[in-house]
Amino acid sequence: MKKFNRVVTVLIFLFLYAPMLVLLIASFNVGKDITEFEGFTLMRYVEVFQDRSMLTMLGNSILVSVLASAIATVFGTFSAVGIYNLKPRMRKAVMSLTNIPMTNPDIVTGISLSLLFVFVGSKLLGQKESLTFWTLLIAHITFNLPYVILNVMPKLQQMNPALTDAAMDLGCTPLQSFFKVTLYEIMPGIISGAIMAFTMSLDDFVISYFVTGLDFITLPVEIYNYTKKQLEPKLYAMFIMMFLLILVLMIVMNLLQVRQDKQKKRREGR
Amino acid sequence: MEFGGERVLDGINLYFNDKEFLTLLGPSGCGKTTTLRIIGGFLQPTSGKVLFDGKSINDVPPYQRQINTVFQRYALFPHLNVYDNIAFGLKVAKLPKEEIHQRVDEMLGVVGLKGYEHRRIDALSGGQQQRVAIARALVNRPKVLLLDEPLAALDLRLRKDMQNELKRIQQVMGITFVYVTHDQEEALSMSDTVVVMDKGRIQQIGRPEDIYNEPKNAFVADFIGESNILDGVMLADYKVKFFGRTFKCLDAGFAPNEPVDVVIRPEDIDFVPPEEGHLTGTVTSVTFKGLNYDIIVDFKGFKWLIQTTDYQPEGATVGIRLNPEDIHIMHKSEYSGMFGDYSSYSAEYDELTEDAEDEEE
Repeated sequence: MKKFNRVVTVLIFLFLYAPMLVLLIASFNVGKDITEFEGFTLMRYVEVFQDRSMLTMLGNSILVSVLASAIATVFGTFSAVGIYNLKPRMRKAVMSLTNIPMTNPDIVTGISLSLLFVFVGSKLLGQKESLTFWTLLIAHITFNLPYVILNVMPKLQQMNPALTDAAMDLGCTPLQSFFKVTLYEIMPGIISGAIMAFTMSLDDFVISYFVTGLDFITLPVEIYNYTKKQLEPKLYAMFIMMFLLILVLMIVMNLLQVRQDKQKKRREGR
Repeated sequence: MEFGGERVLDGINLYFNDKEFLTLLGPSGCGKTTTLRIIGGFLQPTSGKVLFDGKSINDVPPYQRQINTVFQRYALFPHLNVYDNIAFGLKVAKLPKEEIHQRVDEMLGVVGLKGYEHRRIDALSGGQQQRVAIARALVNRPKVLLLDEPLAALDLRLRKDMQNELKRIQQVMGITFVYVTHDQEEALSMSDTVVVMDKGRIQQIGRPEDIYNEPKNAFVADFIGESNILDGVMLADYKVKFFGRTFKCLDAGFAPNEPVDVVIRPEDIDFVPPEEGHLTGTVTSVTFKGLNYDIIVDFKGFKWLIQTTDYQPEGATVGIRLNPEDIHIMHKSEYSGMFGDYSSYSAEYDELTEDAEDEEE
């Protein structure tokens, strides 16, 4: 049984990472054909940085992701605090409401947001081009919010409620006690929420595809347009670099988690 | 005060004197912490007033009250070190840096934590955290310090040390302490005034000696120390009848033939040879307690607890004499008949109830 488990585990990992492996090899290939490895080269990586339009798209993607995740983190944190202060039954109801958009199919979210933006933009504001950078940003903030709330809420629940009482006892107004005490206690949740929101934003294609205009295109959308023609090998290098970026962020998140657990253990050990 | 329609505090009327050590004492859920939270401003009473120097502070939020609190499990700020925890209130009040430094330094001296300024909170022992919590509250020079079971999380030895420490600090600082505990010994040994509470009501207020010697009802008599509580009838002033005998006592002012509760403290009873005793009974159990023996004696089916250094073997027939000062008379109350019978007494009983109380909140 133990042997069987081990074999299955290996197979699962192989299955999960085989596509990345193929991509990795392809990104170092001299030839254009994936079926034949003609020789090792780093040229593809160099090509990525020589492609102006691709760099612009990458810049667009990062700009939207950073802005959207930062704004969503601020709003998400405050709404988590607001939800936490509701009565328990109300809190549960609101939490399920904020969780639904996460499970909603992206394509539904994307199309419905797009319809909303076009309706508001052309009908109410009389714009010609209603889908722009701003609609893209709003859409990203929208789908990022639940991830931030979901990460911050458990930290609020784990926090010793006497801490805010203590802060007020020592002269803090409720707002001061939030910035001087609560914020420090829930910071790990805020950071992991922000990282998660950033990665969600960075790799979102479906929603972005429906809500962005022609003048502002993110990398995933642009890559989708590439795939209509023949795939260029420099894309493989691009993918590998994106994969590595996300990987690094994930590792940072996990390290933060480990450090926190250690601190918690030390506190409880006393 | 009501919670979800349930009345948790009823008719609480309390005076706190300046520089007084006052203790709210009662079992779990008696409303003592709720009372404290109302004084601190964390709860709004549904009715009634909280006065401070004669002025109502019902609408004053906690951060504007000249009251500070030592919380049940300290509630120290984990992201700050010892110095910054203590300086917290002063920094919020935006005092000049030198003054903050000087006052924190002085407080560190008072609680005996000099040299610990830069320690992390989680690198301190329970007793040290306790001292930081006290320093953090006192450095603001409050007029009243509230302490919510501050010693509950410490072990017995440390608790005794901290009791003396707290009393000393209270006298040095000369401010009013309002202390909440379910530990009657703690209450008696530290307080100037003890307020015994149960079921959201004050059962008795008084000096520790008075509370112990003159309990007002069966609840107080049982909760403070051990008590044998018997049914009796007050025949006239200074004359009470129980177990078919008339005894002299020191109490007066009852209606003629009023049914009363009679309290006899286990340590006030002395054994005499059976033929000289007012009452005779049979020893049914003996437990060695270190300082004394806990002896259960059966008097006509009613079992008494007697604490004495005078060993009696199980099964022995013993006599007891009761002097007038050993007998204390109380009016009948809703608690009559609920306490003071040692028929189901066992040595472990005490520990079991103590453990249960520790789980409070």
